[in-house]
Amino acid sequence: MKLSALQQSYLSRRSNSFRGSAPLDSSSDSAIKSPAAIFWLVLHGLCCLISLVLGFRFSRLVFFLIFSTSTTSTTNLYTAPFRNLASDITTPFVSSSTPVEIPVLNRTTPNSNSRVVVGRHGIRIRPWPHPNPTEVMKAHKIIERVQREQRAHVGVKNPRTLIVVTPTYVRTFQTLHLTGVMHSLMLVPYDLVWIVVEAGGVTNETASLIAKSKLRTIHVGVDQKMPASWGGRHQLEAKMRLRALRIVREEKLDGIVMFADDSNMHSMELFDEIQNVKWFGAVSVGILALAGNQDESSSVIMEEGGENTAMPVQGPACNSSNNLVGWHTFNSLPYARKSATYIDDRATVLPRKLEWAGFVLNSRLLWKEAKDKPEWVNDLDLLDGLEDIESPLSLLKDQSMVEPLGNCGRQVLVWWLRVEARSDSKFPPGWIIDPPLEITVPSKRTPWPDAPPELPSNEKVLVGIQEHTVKHTPKNRSSRSKRSSRTALRCQEFNLEADILRGIYLVVEESTERKQRMETDQFLSRPTTLSQSRPFSAH
Amino acid sequence: MKTFFMWVTAIALLLAFASADNTPKIERISGSAGDVLEDDPVGKLKVYVYELPSKYNKKLLLKDPRCLTHMFAAEIFMHRFLLSSPVRTLNPEEADWFYTPIYPTCDLTPTGLPLPFKSPRMMRSAIQLISSNWPYWNRTEGADHFFVVPHDFGACFHYQEEKAIERGILPLLQRATLVQTFGQRNHVCLNEGSITIPPYAPPQKMQAHQIPPDTPRSIFVYFRGLFYDVNNDPEGGYYARGARAAVWENFKNNPLFDISTDHPTTYYEDMQRAIFCLCPLGWAPWSPRLVEAVVFGCIPVIIADDIVLPFADAIPWEEIGVFVAEEDVPKLDTILTSIPPEVILRKQRLLANPSMKRAMLFPQPAQPGDAFHQILNGLARKLPHDKSTYLKPGGKFLNWTSGPVGDLKPW
Repeated sequence: MKLSALQQSYLSRRSNSFRGSAPLDSSSDSAIKSPAAIFWLVLHGLCCLISLVLGFRFSRLVFFLIFSTSTTSTTNLYTAPFRNLASDITTPFVSSSTPVEIPVLNRTTPNSNSRVVVGRHGIRIRPWPHPNPTEVMKAHKIIERVQREQRAHVGVKNPRTLIVVTPTYVRTFQTLHLTGVMHSLMLVPYDLVWIVVEAGGVTNETASLIAKSKLRTIHVGVDQKMPASWGGRHQLEAKMRLRALRIVREEKLDGIVMFADDSNMHSMELFDEIQNVKWFGAVSVGILALAGNQDESSSVIMEEGGENTAMPVQGPACNSSNNLVGWHTFNSLPYARKSATYIDDRATVLPRKLEWAGFVLNSRLLWKEAKDKPEWVNDLDLLDGLEDIESPLSLLKDQSMVEPLGNCGRQVLVWWLRVEARSDSKFPPGWIIDPPLEITVPSKRTPWPDAPPELPSNEKVLVGIQEHTVKHTPKNRSSRSKRSSRTALRCQEFNLEADILRGIYLVVEESTERKQRMETDQFLSRPTTLSQSRPFSAH
Repeated sequence: MKTFFMWVTAIALLLAFASADNTPKIERISGSAGDVLEDDPVGKLKVYVYELPSKYNKKLLLKDPRCLTHMFAAEIFMHRFLLSSPVRTLNPEEADWFYTPIYPTCDLTPTGLPLPFKSPRMMRSAIQLISSNWPYWNRTEGADHFFVVPHDFGACFHYQEEKAIERGILPLLQRATLVQTFGQRNHVCLNEGSITIPPYAPPQKMQAHQIPPDTPRSIFVYFRGLFYDVNNDPEGGYYARGARAAVWENFKNNPLFDISTDHPTTYYEDMQRAIFCLCPLGWAPWSPRLVEAVVFGCIPVIIADDIVLPFADAIPWEEIGVFVAEEDVPKLDTILTSIPPEVILRKQRLLANPSMKRAMLFPQPAQPGDAFHQILNGLARKLPHDKSTYLKPGGKFLNWTSGPVGDLKPW
């Protein structure tokens, strides 16, 4: 049939452009000589001319539509406009949407009951090809579920509850330190119980701070106040920790006990690693001993000579077969003469031999009766009478049973740091500035070196006012400055009858001037100290 | 009686609680032929490898070593595997299957695409050789012979679908078992009884791009590849039957769909961070994307009507992948988000099964459970040959002169 031959030769012509490097196509040999092919050449030339005239490629699809006998597909198929410029001109209805049945199929396939046809198909686009918010939400829920499953398979199996013991007390740096620990604990993916022991009794300050964490907390107080010397502090902190351990014993809390001092920094891997502990474990603690005086410390290091300064790490020491053989402790000799005794000292704060922060224990060690409790553990009550408990190692009869964690102590997972403010430093309770302020300093009157230049219009008026008020105020300064300025104003009103404008200025500026006068008097009468707060604005 | 029931319920509850604890990480795969992925073909069949002159195999490889790395390399690796496999027999009398080591796809253009124009003549010439030098072809007219034809449309030997349909399967191969990558139901180029195999994907390259398994899967749908073949089909509509273009037009603005035509260096890594990987048809319905998706644990979304996937009787693809009809592409996001999460997790568990990943790969050297063994398993499942295999004396089915005139020229 002429029709099929036409279409077939059209297709063969098309096929020659596919994968352009196909010079040999046996079927094209015969096509050139047939009259259908010549007709097709003529048509091709015509289409080229039309394209030249129009300015873009003219789709020969229109011939299919004219010649094809099968007008199929009435579905809502259409292509994007830029894809179909040719058909927009030629046909009013959207073309190229008809899956044209190629008769070639009929000849060759005996099993033509397949619904998949070869040939041109429409590009199906829905009316609003944009994301549907409900679908997006569902997809995110799916992603969340998949990720949860991934974590379950890759992470720790059967994670145990963490019991975190933190001794603290109210001071300037408490918010800084405690917020840091709080944020680390909030990120822990396991169940958590936070036991906060406070020196000086339970206060609202600490309570409101830890309530923000939304973790399960147990907040207890110890009546003794925190002493000012570092030695005394370490002792009291040890007592506070024992108090927390007693709570673990009474409440029969089950899990892993770790000691998080409020000024320490914990890495997230620490919490994953301590899940591996069976009874009693130790991790390496990095010691960040602040040099009190930069020059002095560097000279100290120079003195020690060529020997490498020891690594600032405390923790278990292992031999090559990963057995515990001893302990690394912090070498405090270089700092011996220059260590801080009192909190206010600007010298290095030294840690104890082995800090509590480097130890973790299974809470069942502390219970009165527990199944499988090992015999090499001392009972907690035995530690009651002891004066100074250096580290939780006193709980053990046999120190060799300690499990070294963190790749046998090679990974430092927690850092120890002690930074405190001066003992007399004050801070606003709850770090909320509650007006009226004790000291407010107007920025205009103080000699700040980078104060912006004063605006000229205001200055003129104020200067004028000042002249007048200066006359009167020498009479009665200091305490009754308020009343004096008022009387001064009245005098001015009487004296300057004709100057109504000035009066207006006076009224407008009176309030600000009054405040300024008050402020300047107060400023001049009090000594300035560093703990002043600056006002937010002068006017 | 009452206490007995109490005990029974108590034990049942205990068991239920005990098993509900750990959801398993992988799940066993069993297809329509049963639990056959891990079968060992050794001892179940014997294969005889014909000795063809090297112009059919080695010389082609020497001329162009790219044949070893492109997606049609399965034919070469199958030959190498069979040469040293325990199923090989040197005695053709006891062989169940006969293999002809011919590489019909190893004729590449400068850009690396295989030209199929000489392949029918090469195949014909090889069959003429084996039928004249050995009696086994004429005994069955090829019914107990198998050939590996991994080209676009299998033994139709053409890259263009209309032409391939027009040619049909090479007449001389009508009775033989074809091991091919192409699979589409009710299509000329898929014979009943053919074994569909995955295309070759380089295993070392995929191993080299593994990322830690705890990296969370944060991409919802991922695809990299062409949407419009601008060289051959600029208007769209022919390439991929319009399906790829439909995917682009409908979802290019959708943030859940990470689709583009880029060639990123992190392609494999990105697949491991995706939940769904689109595997739409191109010029042919199969693609190495399926293999990559399975290896990287990304659920394949197969958009190809009537496709037959590799080892379809051994692997239950409906449970592992998501099948979307080409006409449903505009609703792809609705379809994917309406899959219940438990089903998605189950699919991921099936994909995580290492035997699934092994079955899709052609490792060098061969390992138990890999694609080579699955091919042998498939061949073993077709044994014993039924009576129609062996020709009665005087009977003949094949017409040696049928087919296009050009094919009859000697090679």
